[in-house]
Amino acid sequence: MNFETIIGLEVHVELKTNSKIFSSSPNEFGAEPNTNIHPIDLGYPGTLPVMNEEAVNFAMKAAMALNCEIATDTKFDRKNYFYPDNPKAYQISQYDKPIGEHGWIDIEVDGKKKRIGITRLHLEEDAGKLTHGDYGHSLVDCNRQGTPLVEIVSEPDIRTPAEAYAYLEKLKTIIQYTGVSDCKMEEGSLRCDANISLRPYGQEKFGTKAELKNLNSFAFVQKGLEFEEKRQEKVLLSGGVIQQETRRYDEKTKETILMRIKEGAEDYRYFPEPDLVPLYIDDAWKERIRAEIPELPDARRKRYVDELELSEYDAGILTGSKEMADFFEAAIADGADVKQAANWLMGEVSGYMNKNQKELHDLALTPESLASMIKLIEDGTISSKIAKKVFAELVENGGDPQQIVKDKGLVQISDEGQLTEVISGILDQNEQSIVDYKAGKDRALGFLVGQVMKATKGQANPPMVNKILIQEMDKR
Amino acid sequence: MAEITKDQVKHVAHLARLEITDEEAGQFTEHLSAIITYAEKLNELDTEGIEPTTHVLDLKNVFRKDEAKHTITQEEALKNAPDAQDGQFRVPSILE
Amino acid sequence: MSLLDHSIKELEAKLHNKEITSEELVKASYERIKEVDGDIQAFLTLNEENALETARELDKSGDDSAKLFGIPCGIKDNIVTKGLRTTCASQFLRNFEDPLYDATVVEKLGSEKAINVGKLNMDEFAMGSTNENSSFAAVKNPWNKDYVPGGSSGGSAAAVAAGEVVFSLGTDTGGSIRQPASFCGVVGIKPTYGLVSRYGLVAFASSLDQIGPITRTVEDNARVLEVIAGHDKMDATSANLDVPAYTDALTGDVKGLKIAVPKEYIGEGVDPDVKEAVLNALKVYESLGATWEEVSLPHSQYAVAAYYLISSSEASANLARFDGVRYGVRSENAENMIDMFKKSRSEGFGEEVKRRIMLGTFALSSGYYDAYYKKAQQVRTLIKQDFDKIFEEYDVIIGPTSPTTAYKVGEVIDDPMTMYANDILTVPMNLAGVPAISVPCGFASNGMPIGLQIIGKHFDEAAVYRTAHAFEQNTDHHTKRPDLGGAK
Repeated sequence: MNFETIIGLEVHVELKTNSKIFSSSPNEFGAEPNTNIHPIDLGYPGTLPVMNEEAVNFAMKAAMALNCEIATDTKFDRKNYFYPDNPKAYQISQYDKPIGEHGWIDIEVDGKKKRIGITRLHLEEDAGKLTHGDYGHSLVDCNRQGTPLVEIVSEPDIRTPAEAYAYLEKLKTIIQYTGVSDCKMEEGSLRCDANISLRPYGQEKFGTKAELKNLNSFAFVQKGLEFEEKRQEKVLLSGGVIQQETRRYDEKTKETILMRIKEGAEDYRYFPEPDLVPLYIDDAWKERIRAEIPELPDARRKRYVDELELSEYDAGILTGSKEMADFFEAAIADGADVKQAANWLMGEVSGYMNKNQKELHDLALTPESLASMIKLIEDGTISSKIAKKVFAELVENGGDPQQIVKDKGLVQISDEGQLTEVISGILDQNEQSIVDYKAGKDRALGFLVGQVMKATKGQANPPMVNKILIQEMDKR
Repeated sequence: MAEITKDQVKHVAHLARLEITDEEAGQFTEHLSAIITYAEKLNELDTEGIEPTTHVLDLKNVFRKDEAKHTITQEEALKNAPDAQDGQFRVPSILE
Repeated sequence: MSLLDHSIKELEAKLHNKEITSEELVKASYERIKEVDGDIQAFLTLNEENALETARELDKSGDDSAKLFGIPCGIKDNIVTKGLRTTCASQFLRNFEDPLYDATVVEKLGSEKAINVGKLNMDEFAMGSTNENSSFAAVKNPWNKDYVPGGSSGGSAAAVAAGEVVFSLGTDTGGSIRQPASFCGVVGIKPTYGLVSRYGLVAFASSLDQIGPITRTVEDNARVLEVIAGHDKMDATSANLDVPAYTDALTGDVKGLKIAVPKEYIGEGVDPDVKEAVLNALKVYESLGATWEEVSLPHSQYAVAAYYLISSSEASANLARFDGVRYGVRSENAENMIDMFKKSRSEGFGEEVKRRIMLGTFALSSGYYDAYYKKAQQVRTLIKQDFDKIFEEYDVIIGPTSPTTAYKVGEVIDDPMTMYANDILTVPMNLAGVPAISVPCGFASNGMPIGLQIIGKHFDEAAVYRTAHAFEQNTDHHTKRPDLGGAK
């Protein structure tokens, strides 16, 4: 490529407060249209907004987690435009004094670490939802109107679509850790618009950018940017000029399609919101919020590597969500071996979750039951293989591993005498295998182990089986 | 900068979603120009370093608690709607 | 004397002694309305059935301790009333039968058992100074129907002056309570910004609007303000203060009161009759032991320009919600969404409203914000500082409420610049947020009332009332009644 790609991302995150930002309406997803509603949300004449304190706390938390400087003096402004899903015909937002500025997050792509700057984070209200009805009509549902939102604007530091994907994943994880949002794109609690432009390497000035909308998953963000990158390159190489456009990503054709030409910036006629008084955020308030932020992903990952001696890779997977990391640590606190707990979570548990489209909290498995099961493996009561049967039960129906082992008769057979008897029997029936083994064919051993397992319904203690088989064959 | 042009007036009318005839645009141009000229009196004052007054009282940090409650029903929400369907407000589509 | 021509205190006593019933009082109100409102046009929507039912229930209830028990009042039609049509005198809201909730002030009046007789006419969306901008009917001045009552709370002032209600609520953004009060010879106060909740007041200019009572006497005015004032959690700009008992301030004693009279308020441009009435008022104060001195509010001449830029800008945003989507009259001629916005608004709004929206939109638009809106807000700071400085040394400021008495019908409506310029004496108080009252102080040679304006420090309504009351009690202007024909 002769060109350098410049990408900036604008992410909107819905804050999960109990009530809306300016009214006491419930802040919930999925309700019947126009039921989570108050005259304030409908922009009824005479209504006034009053700021939800928790929305400010959540916004501060998010900003701090993203390493932003938190404003001491901040205020709100009216952003004026007409649209049917905008009941007051202005959105209450923040213009020149956002609550957070000059932040950053670290991402990793192909093993390389990079820091992406965050220009600003500000607090605002969400609009209602406009959908297309039939016969040239549109429908408006104001349930979403007034949901508290933070808008997070990245510096144009992103250079590849893969970096954009990594940025979004990291941003989502960090914010989920703070607990201020679920960050679910499928529910609209996280939305992303992307800006992309190309410039010749070495040129300081940015090229004309295109704005991409309708990006409904992180994967589509990456794909949309990949397509747009190629499209812009083609245009430039053929001597054309990039127009300032808004384009939408079409999931079926996997292309970006022109929505409209941007004729110039929209005139939002921003002015300070007279119905809301300014905020003064003193140090004590900032400290109080800072103290509420849990250990964030990067710090937690480092601790797993440094103190728990996990690999970077494993630590990364385990801290991929706060839920997973919390589960892991609870299991360890309950006595589970670190490596075992890590392996089970990354392996069987994650596998189950993916296959069944479930989340950790949906599983009947608890950190205590996982720890208990691991202890049974450690003390030899069951083998890892048997544990899989126990796990299958735990994850669907819960319960106590010890009870399950007992009820299903899954205790590992570790009695030498018992095993020797079984093994002798197997050897008696498989003389050829003994001959093969003695002739140096290791596969024969594996076959014999398999026969022993079959005979004991998988409950024989594998290392012991190995040991005794070899002993007995040596005797013969 | 005491004059507003008719084109500016038409642009302002569009921003404000007001439909004005050409004749009305002419009248508005006169009126607005007069007011703007008057308003430029303010330029006689040196306001360097003066904070604008956006709120006349010194109130700060006024909040409500994050408690949710239902207030009006869907029916009430739509009561005054000129047009509604399936519990939603209905409007003509944008002409794309 | 008509039943309604008594003070709240007198009516309270009569109701308590069972000399009259609440129902009789309300009926008297409606009779008076039938008698005179065909000419005056103070009312837009009557609440007769509900009012009479409420009155009957009050009569049955046996507990008359409420502060405004059984007193008939009118509410300016830009204050929302649940289940009762609220139009702001605009065609856009002519079908707005149920605003879904009561304004906080309406709830407060209801808690103290005042009776809402109906919604009062006004200039459309509170924009105007003569009540000729109502899209329904122009209001006439009860003193002389060839004259305007003032605006925008023209209906509120006229209804009280004509004896249709005992008190009314008006709203004041640039003088809209005080000026009509002065034109109609009644008492009207614009409280300190933030004293009275704006929740339920259809916003015109959010940083300037206030609701206030209009009454015949200062004491009545203080009584009503006591009820409607106070912190409201639904209004983030409402002050968190305990409401004093304003009626306690009515001691009649103004000895040692230090009065400031801005030379800018009694100079050129003020009618000779008005100036004379004010100077006479100052003599009365002197005789009561107060002193007065001429002072200067040097930025007065910039107040009107600053006011029109700020109020129009805020109004342009506040009125944008009238888009035809969720309430109001939607145009039947719309072909698409943008058309719907444009036609509904253009068909629904009158000329003055459109003019102010255009001005405000322009002042906020890209490239002009700093020169107009921001500049005006900076000048506002200077104007506020002028008042702060005077109040370091003086207790109250006194001057005329308006440079003129009531205009003739049609006299200024086509000359907005003159109309705007005459707001010079009232807009500074909205810009600074200070409280100001207008009390009757005489009559011009054409028989039209003159208003005296008394201005106080922030939240010092007590001093304003005390000063106003002392003057009132030592003169007889407040006892005069317009000659409307019929029972007086």
